[in-house]
This record gives sequence, structure tokens and C-alpha cells, in this order.
Amino acid sequence: MSSRTGGRVRAPRLPSALGAFVRKELHHIVRDRQTLAILLLMPLVQVLLFGYALRTDVRDLRVAMVDPTPDVLTVRLRNRLESTPRFRVVSTATSTALLEDQFQRRVADVALVLPTSFADGLARGDRTPVLLVTDASDPNSGTTMQSYVRAALADFESDLSAPGRGPVRIQVASRMRYNPTLESANLFVPGLIALVLTLVSALMTAISLSREKEQGTLEVLLVSPLRPWQIIVGKVLPYLALGFAITCLVLLAARVVFAVPLRGSLTLLLAESVLYTIVSLSLGVLVAARTTSQRAAMLGALVGTMMPTALLSGMIFPISSMPGWLRPITNVVPARWFIVIARGIMLKGAGLGILWHETLVLAGMALLLLVAATRSFHARLD
Amino acid sequence: MTVSPDHGHAIEVRGLTRRFGTFTAVDAITFDVAAGEVFGFLGANGAGKTTAIRMLIGLLAPSAGSARVAGFDVSTEAEQVKRNIGYMSQRFSLYEDLTVRENITLYGGIYGLSDGAIAERMASLVERLDLGRDLDTRVKSIPLGWKQKLAFSVAVLHDPKVVFLDEPTGGVDPITRRQFWELIYATAEQGTTVFVTTHYMDEAEYCDRVSIMVDGRIAALGTPAELKARFGGETIDDVFVRLARPGAAA
Amino acid sequence: MRTLRFLLRKEYLQIFRDRIMVAQLLLLPAIQLALLANAATFEIKSARLVVVDEDRSATSRGLVDRMRAGGRFELVKSTTSAERADDAMMRRQAGVILRIPREFERDLVRTHTAPVQLILNAEDGAAAGVTLSYAQRIVAEYASELAATLRLSTLGGEGPVAGQGRLDVRARGWYNPNLDYRFYMVPGILVQLVTMVGTLLTALNIVREKELGTLEQLNVTPVTRGQFIAAKLIPLWSLGLVALTIGMLVARFAFHVPMRGSVLLVFGTASVYLLAALGVGLLVSTMVSTQQQAMFVTFFIVLVYLLMSGLFTPVRSMPIWAQWIAQANPVMHFIEIMRAVMLRGAGLREIARSLAILSAIAVGVFSLSVRQYAKRAA
Repeated sequence: MSSRTGGRVRAPRLPSALGAFVRKELHHIVRDRQTLAILLLMPLVQVLLFGYALRTDVRDLRVAMVDPTPDVLTVRLRNRLESTPRFRVVSTATSTALLEDQFQRRVADVALVLPTSFADGLARGDRTPVLLVTDASDPNSGTTMQSYVRAALADFESDLSAPGRGPVRIQVASRMRYNPTLESANLFVPGLIALVLTLVSALMTAISLSREKEQGTLEVLLVSPLRPWQIIVGKVLPYLALGFAITCLVLLAARVVFAVPLRGSLTLLLAESVLYTIVSLSLGVLVAARTTSQRAAMLGALVGTMMPTALLSGMIFPISSMPGWLRPITNVVPARWFIVIARGIMLKGAGLGILWHETLVLAGMALLLLVAATRSFHARLD
Repeated sequence: MTVSPDHGHAIEVRGLTRRFGTFTAVDAITFDVAAGEVFGFLGANGAGKTTAIRMLIGLLAPSAGSARVAGFDVSTEAEQVKRNIGYMSQRFSLYEDLTVRENITLYGGIYGLSDGAIAERMASLVERLDLGRDLDTRVKSIPLGWKQKLAFSVAVLHDPKVVFLDEPTGGVDPITRRQFWELIYATAEQGTTVFVTTHYMDEAEYCDRVSIMVDGRIAALGTPAELKARFGGETIDDVFVRLARPGAAA
Repeated sequence: MRTLRFLLRKEYLQIFRDRIMVAQLLLLPAIQLALLANAATFEIKSARLVVVDEDRSATSRGLVDRMRAGGRFELVKSTTSAERADDAMMRRQAGVILRIPREFERDLVRTHTAPVQLILNAEDGAAAGVTLSYAQRIVAEYASELAATLRLSTLGGEGPVAGQGRLDVRARGWYNPNLDYRFYMVPGILVQLVTMVGTLLTALNIVREKELGTLEQLNVTPVTRGQFIAAKLIPLWSLGLVALTIGMLVARFAFHVPMRGSVLLVFGTASVYLLAALGVGLLVSTMVSTQQQAMFVTFFIVLVYLLMSGLFTPVRSMPIWAQWIAQANPVMHFIEIMRAVMLRGAGLREIARSLAILSAIAVGVFSLSVRQYAKRAA
């Protein structure tokens, strides 16, 4: 693709100066081996980390049981819990004295505190109170753990039914549509593409443009016969190509290593990526136009593009979980729309018929930002 | 401090060599610079000038050979060498976000001058360069010519035995260059040895002696008059072109 | 020591004159705390539910009512066509589909078992798993409720039956009873903040002098490497603590995050941790020559650090090999300690192990990078 872009630039319609300029910019990128290596390595490492190491589910739950009057039912409950691989009973005590210490030392995640004469109460048919304590300093896993234990207790309760009369069971057959095994690679790869594209296009462009400003080489370009839009295009084209290459790399890695599906059209996905890259590039140019030093541009690009992309796009944290005032704000984050599109194409096999709304928003943003970027550049130079 | 044991030689270079991989940047150069001399170190770009200077000021270790600067061996006594030299690089090296006063105080402090000595030298410097009003201006906003003069004055603030100037007058107008050389002469008169590289061949004529480096070797060494006589040129520029051309073609 | 004093004065002057640096110190903590603390949660406030009720019985309606009652599910559509439900999910209008098959009630009465189907949109990642467990719980509770009524109807209402006791589960979340996500995120964000200041600013600061040529100037003066490194790192070390102080104040007064342990312990740990953070910054500065490179390299390292630190996803959910790697990650230990001290009120005894590992890593990284710096610059 990069060679094709170069070929198009060399076409007679555009001034050859622009071609030379694009080549110069490509040289900058290719010569800086270190940055290039990192730009290529970073997405790969991220794919591997997200795919292999990062999980949000809670496996291995360590349960501390407390029963002042241990009996056969305690054992039954314990066996019930341990019959699923999710639970591991790490201690059975008769008092709660040790709990605080176990939680502090983080050797138990959940404590199940039974009342005195647990079995008697149940046998009498009383409502028997059971205390479920979780370490909620991490509420994310805290809530999940609570749900798991509650579900297990509900099962245990059904088992208690008198012999001869079957328990009432509503068997839940659950299906995780579009990602049946909840593979974390499947979930994160679309977001990762957005993150990497933002990094390459917004951050790199902002820094390299403001660097030329700082070093005075931009002025040299400005007095050349090149028009402002040509300078912007020249600056931006190589990064577009780089972003495209990295998208392909991430997709390939995700495919080969984790067999992440691509249920929809590859062409559509790549086209949408290019659209998103244009949005990010324009943001990068805007940041560079508004700032006076490399470091200011860096800060601006971090706060203005990277942080929203990582946090407000739904990439890691679901937007539906955010507080009401924050949700509308996510609508101005381009990555939020791109991620819906990328997930739609990759996981659901959706086409333009379903994703036209999001695509339209992105296209609108691209147009708006492109105009704003060219303008701001203009104003600066005059 | 101590009298150098080398019979008045401020710099003694013997077979100094630096290789980068298979490429020899500086190839066994040998020369002496007398104390108080203004020594011009010429050469085309890539001839090995900068590599040689970096070895003399202790930024780069030699691959072979030896050099003594201000009486100290650059390989084994780098710290003493640093105490006795000043250096002004082709890149402007004062802190632009500090004021003139803060820069002078910083470098005075680094070279171990007492507070009294710093104040005294600052006063004389201000007088010499007529900097009174700009003392509390950030260096960023004073004109380039003054910056260069200031950088030089800071480089000799601690009265070094030898001062190395790496293309000190790049990008400066002819009048300022003239003034700059007056500063150099004034410094040399006080006994400081000046080791200067330059691109301007007219400046070479101001030097007591010049050497011309070609392809890592010293191709010629002598007073400007001697060189012109030996190589038959009107100016040092002629001599330089005659020496550097065949080397560049090869 | 006199030289060091002059160098330190220069560093502090430069830092305070640099508006971007000051902005970075004040702005980043505020924005990050505000965003991360609010955005970084997996809690599902409400999931959009589409019901395909093919049974249309009192029992199936009862189940739908229970689903709606908890406030976790918002019924957006009720249909009898599975295709229409599927389409709603494809268009992201539905997060969950509950399908109650025909004969649901009859099967329950006759055999005491009946199936239902839950389909979740797993595209939205973490949300799906949590939503499923909510739904399963509601279904299970409804089942035991039904058990009671069914029994009553068959046995003629004779009250509690032997062996039919019910569990009354009361849950309590220690250290964070309201399950406030911000309490959990904020200590981690503070760590990230200190890391960014310590590592990124160190790398940028040194590389900037490299780019400007002033580093070379300092290298030909009698300033020793030790003096130079000390003059660079002491101000940044103090800046890291300043950033932490600002962050802690914001956390306390804007987010009401508790501080159950000793503040001194937090700052003591931070002082040790900063050695590691500064060391990494120093190491980066030896590997690169421009600020741009410094930023990308630092960014890369910090990112891997943070992802492997348990800031976003629990370390205990990682595969074993990744947990071992995380043990070597200073960020992970610092976050653990911060959470322990701030939320659980842990004392020195409780965090001793983490602190010991952290100190070992910090001293190791720091001395390695100082040695590397000296070697490179020579």
C-alpha cells in the first residue's frame, strides 16, 4: 500500500515537489529505526498481552468458611463449592477471628460465615442467615465473586429439597453471542487497532510537525512553492501508510496467534480504518498548529487524543457502565465510533447496512477536523 | 596550578588514533601546541577534526596513541584535564531558559570558583561585553552574536590553561567575528592556549600556527606564512583547496 | 557538594520556568483522576433486555417481572419472534435476550425442571460475564421461590417443611461497603501518575539536554557523573512526591477516597518506588537521542508496566506465568501497597513482603541504570 501511495503521489497531476516532500517524510520515519521498531513492536506486544495475560474474569476463588458448629451439612456445602473448579476452600474455622488477617494477607477472597446450628435451622425449615464477606477493595471482582457464590448457594439450596420430591430447576442455557468463549483477544483487538492508529497518526503527527516548527524547518517549507494543504498532505500521507501497515500487522497477528475472527468484509474494515486514521491525523495537525513546542504538542496529544481513546472509547471499560454525565462526552471521542464499527465487522459480521450510522459520524468528524486543521494551519502561517 | 613538565607545551599529541569499526577516523596524528599559542585546526568536513577534538577534551577514548593536555594524560587523567580546559562547541551550549547571570553563576560554581570570584568575574565580564542591562535577561532572547561572545567568556571564566573552540563563529556577521577574535587574542595574551577549528579560511590567517587535516592525517602544519610558501598559494584558502582536493577525490 | 548545589539550583530554576512541566504536574493528575475514576468500571448499571416469551404463561411473565424488578435490566422489547430479537442485538439495541420456550410452565409443574435461554452480546467484553451472573442469580432465586409455591399448592399449605429451610444470604463487601469503584481505581491512578512523572520526565529532561548540546558541555567540565545524575534525579524525585501529594489531596477532597492507613507509609513507599521509576527514565535516556524517541520508548515501557500491574485487570486472573512476570513489576507492588494502606488500613507488618520486593527491585533497577548511564556517557 505504501508503494502504491508513493506511486500515486508521483503522478503528473500533483507537483513533483510534493512527491519529494513525501519521500523526505518517509525517510524520516524509516531512518528513525528505534521509533519505527517501537511502533511495530508495541501493537504486537499489546496483542500478546491482551490475548494471553489480561483477563477480567475471576477464576480460582479462595473461600474461607466459618462455622461455629461444624457438622455434616458444612461438609456438604464445602463439597458443593469444591465440586466446581472455580472455588477452593482454603480454611474452615469456628470463629471469625482470623478473617481480618486472611483478608489483609490476601490469602482469601471470600468468607462464608454460617450461623450457629446451621444444620438445625435448615432442618427446621427456618430462614437461615448466611453472611457472605468479600474483599471489595476491588469492587469489579468483588461483585463478580458475590454473584458466583450466591449462584452456588442457590444451587445448594435446591439440593436441600426433601428426598422424593425433585428440586425446582430452571436450567439456564446461556450463550455469549459473537464471542462464545469470551476470548479476551477478540474483545480487545478492535480497540487495540484504534489505540495504535491514534498513537501513530495523532501523536506522531503532532510531535513531528511541532518539531519542524521548533527547528525552523517548517518555515523553509512554507516559503517553498508548496501550498499549505500540500504540506499537510505531505506530512500526513506517510503516517497514513504507516497506520495502514500497522493495522494489517495487528490483524495478522491477531489472526495467526489467537485466531481472532473476521466475520465481515476485510475491505470494509480497512476502509473504515483509513477513515479513522484521517480523523486522528487531522487531530494531530490541529494539536501541532495550536502548540509552540514539542513537549506542549506531546502533552496536548496525550490529553486530547490518547487518554480519551484509552478510557472513554469503550475499548476496555464499557460505556454503559459510565456515569450519566460522562456518557454523552464519549460521543465526541472518534475511537468510540470506530470501535463499534471494528467490533461489528470483526465479531458480528455486520456490513454498512448496520454500521452506516457510525460510519456517517466518523465521516462527518473527518470532514470537520480536516477543514479545521487546514484552516488553523493557514491562520498560523499568514 | 603546577608547571607542566613538557617544556611549555600545552598540548602534546603522539600517534593519536581512533577507529570506528574498520574505519579509521583519526590516523596516528602527532603534533605539539606551545603554551599561549593560538592554534588553528583546519580540515574538510569528515576529515576527522571533531573526532580529534573529542579525544583531546576527554569525550572519546583513543584507540591508540596518547595525548597530554595541560600536562595531563587524556586517557588516564581525564578529570584533571577537564579542570584545566574550557570548551565551546559549535552548538550553542548555554542554557537558554536561564538568565545570563544564572549561566555565569552555574559555570563558575561547576569549576569550583568561590562566590567572591564569581562576582568579581561577572563584573569584569559585564564590563568587557557591555552586558549590564542584559544580566537578568534569559539567554534565549539576546542576539546571536552576543550569545557567542558570552559563551566564549563563560568557557574561559575559570582561566583554563587551554580553551578548545569548535567552529565558534558559525553564522555570525563579519563585525561580530572580528570582535570575537579580539576576545580570543585578549585571552591568549593572558597565557591561555587557544585551540580553534574553523571553516573560515580568513580566520586561519589570524592563528599563530595552523594544521590541515585530510583523511584523518595531518597533511600540513606550520605558520600561515610557511604554509603559503611551501604549497605556493596566495592565501590559506589556496593551500587548503590544494591539499584537500586530491584527498577528497581518492 | 558545592558543585551539586549549583547544579541543583539550575535544575529547579529550569523546572519552575517551564510552564509545560508545571501544567503536566497539575493538569495531568486532575484530568486522569477525573476520567479514570469515573470511566474505569465494569459494573453494569443496566443492560437492555429483549424478551422472547413463547410460553406466555403466568410463570413466564413472573420470570420477566423478576428480571425487570432488580433495576439491572431494562426491558426494551417483548416479541415472539426470535429473528426480531436477533436483529435487535445485531443493531446493538439489545444486550441480553431472554428466551422462554413454549411449555415452560407446564414442564415446571410436571417435572420441576424447565429450560430458558439467555443470549448475551459478548461484543462488549467484560460486560457480558457480569450481566450473565446477574441474570443467572435472578433465575435461580425465582426457581426457589417457585419451589416454595409449588410445594404449597401440592401439599395444601402446611407451612415450613423439614429439610426445606431457605438460605438468607446477606453480602458484605469489606473495606469498600458501597462497592465504590473510584476507591479502588484512585490508588492505582496515583501510582500511574508517579510513574509518568518519574519515568517520562526523567527521560525527557536528560534527552533534552542531549538534543540541545548542553549535555556535551557539561561532560567536558569537571562535573562528575555522580553529581550530574544526582542533580537531575533529586529534583525529579521531589517532583514525583509533589505530584503524589496533589493527587492524594484531590483523591481525598474531590473523591472522598478513604485514607485508612498511615500517610507516612504511603510516602515512604513512594520514595522507594521513585528510585525504580527514575532509574527506568535514566535507562531510557541512555538508549535514545531525541525527545520523540524518549517519549515512545517510555510510553511503551510504561504501558506494558501498567497493563501487567493489576491496575485494570486483577493480577490473580492472569495465567500463572504472567503472574510470575508481574512479581518483577515494581508498579504492581506499589499499587498493591497503595490499595492495602489506603483502603484496608494495612500497616508495615501487612505490607512488609511487598515492600521488601519493591525495595529490592527499586535498588536493582536504579543501580543498574546508573551504571549503564556512566558506561554509555564515558
